[in-house]
Amino acid sequence: MNAATKIAAPASQSRFLYVLRLADASLILAQRLGELVGHAPALEEDLGLANIGLDLLGQARLLLTYAGEIEGKGRDEDALAFLREHRDFLNPILVEQPNGDFGQTLVRQFLVDAWQLELYQRLAQSSDARLAEVAAKAVKETRYHLRYSSSWLVRLGDGTQESHDRVQQALDQLWPYTRELFDADEIDDAMIRAGIAPDFSAVRQGWDATVNAVLAEATLQRPADRPYLWYGKRGDHSEHLGRLLAEMQYMQRTYPGASW
Amino acid sequence: MDVSTAEDPTLLRARLESRVREVLQSVPDPEIPVLSIADLGIVRYARLDDEGVIQVGLSPTYSGCPATAVIRQSVAAALRKAGFERFSLQDVLSPPWTSDWITEEGRRKLREYGIAPPAESVASVREIWRPAPAVECPRCGSHDTEKISEFGSTPCKAHYRCRACLEPFDYFKCH
Repeated sequence: MNAATKIAAPASQSRFLYVLRLADASLILAQRLGELVGHAPALEEDLGLANIGLDLLGQARLLLTYAGEIEGKGRDEDALAFLREHRDFLNPILVEQPNGDFGQTLVRQFLVDAWQLELYQRLAQSSDARLAEVAAKAVKETRYHLRYSSSWLVRLGDGTQESHDRVQQALDQLWPYTRELFDADEIDDAMIRAGIAPDFSAVRQGWDATVNAVLAEATLQRPADRPYLWYGKRGDHSEHLGRLLAEMQYMQRTYPGASW
Repeated sequence: MDVSTAEDPTLLRARLESRVREVLQSVPDPEIPVLSIADLGIVRYARLDDEGVIQVGLSPTYSGCPATAVIRQSVAAALRKAGFERFSLQDVLSPPWTSDWITEEGRRKLREYGIAPPAESVASVREIWRPAPAVECPRCGSHDTEKISEFGSTPCKAHYRCRACLEPFDYFKCH
């Protein structure tokens, strides 16, 4: 689309993978939220979660399209979403975790929203003009998502004993998966050096501040960090991603090129 | 429409561009049909380039808004119907659309349609945790209203209720 953003050969593979990581984080979470349409505990939450999913899907489409252009092999957003294999998805493991109960859905959403807010705020200043414009748009949407998920977290955490215990349990369970959001590998480092990706420690600091403030108000305990070695962004996923993809991709795989 | 007549090119250009703007003014938003896309503030430019092609820039309201594709189709159909054959539609992401660009006319139409227009300017929504704004009920005009849900029937709306007339209503979010 934009001739000015043509990329030199060696850097382009890293940039392709980095943009794909961002795209897949939004795409896979959008798919998870889509599962709840018609199944959320109340109509308002059904609309809320569906709307958040829709924003994420929109972000994913813009990013996948851009990733396809960087790769330069003619893959469009649909080819990247529907015809890639499980190991080629580069989302963090956190977003593929099942919806669980409403508390678990909200804790996952909150942890991701707080991360995407810090990330997109800084990506809006990226040296990559396409990423910067997608991020500048996404950051406005992410603020609503975080306002929604954090207000629910406070209501549930500082609610009844039952709701408190259940969101604390969800937090303990999901916490280890947050680590990969802030561990930069060689691809992230190359993007940080090029001024494309933001400094991961700054993203982490902003995330910590949000998370600590909301957890305190929600009377929830911040779990301890533990060693953790699996990285969805490197293609190592939990057992849940395969099932999610089976549902998301079956139509295009059964009837390749189908349209209506 | 033939662009290559002998008329003064500057005048011709102005006439054509104003005609294009009239056409765009007539294209309704698919989800809030009382608003035209011009009222909504998503038309970024409409101009005739040196090749005689009409260039129209459109901004999506929300990244995933399903209306975006429908709007493109409607604009293309309206331009063709008005006799324009050579045109090109572009998505303009940057700077991102904001509800501050909804025109006064658009705000009036929203209110009459039963949707409360944005009550704040976009700068104020940067703060995430803050009290919800005092939104005026589009039916009875009371400010004694409460937010029911951050999200409503479309990405651009939240759901409110009026405590004075007890009617629920949509609020066009400040974005």
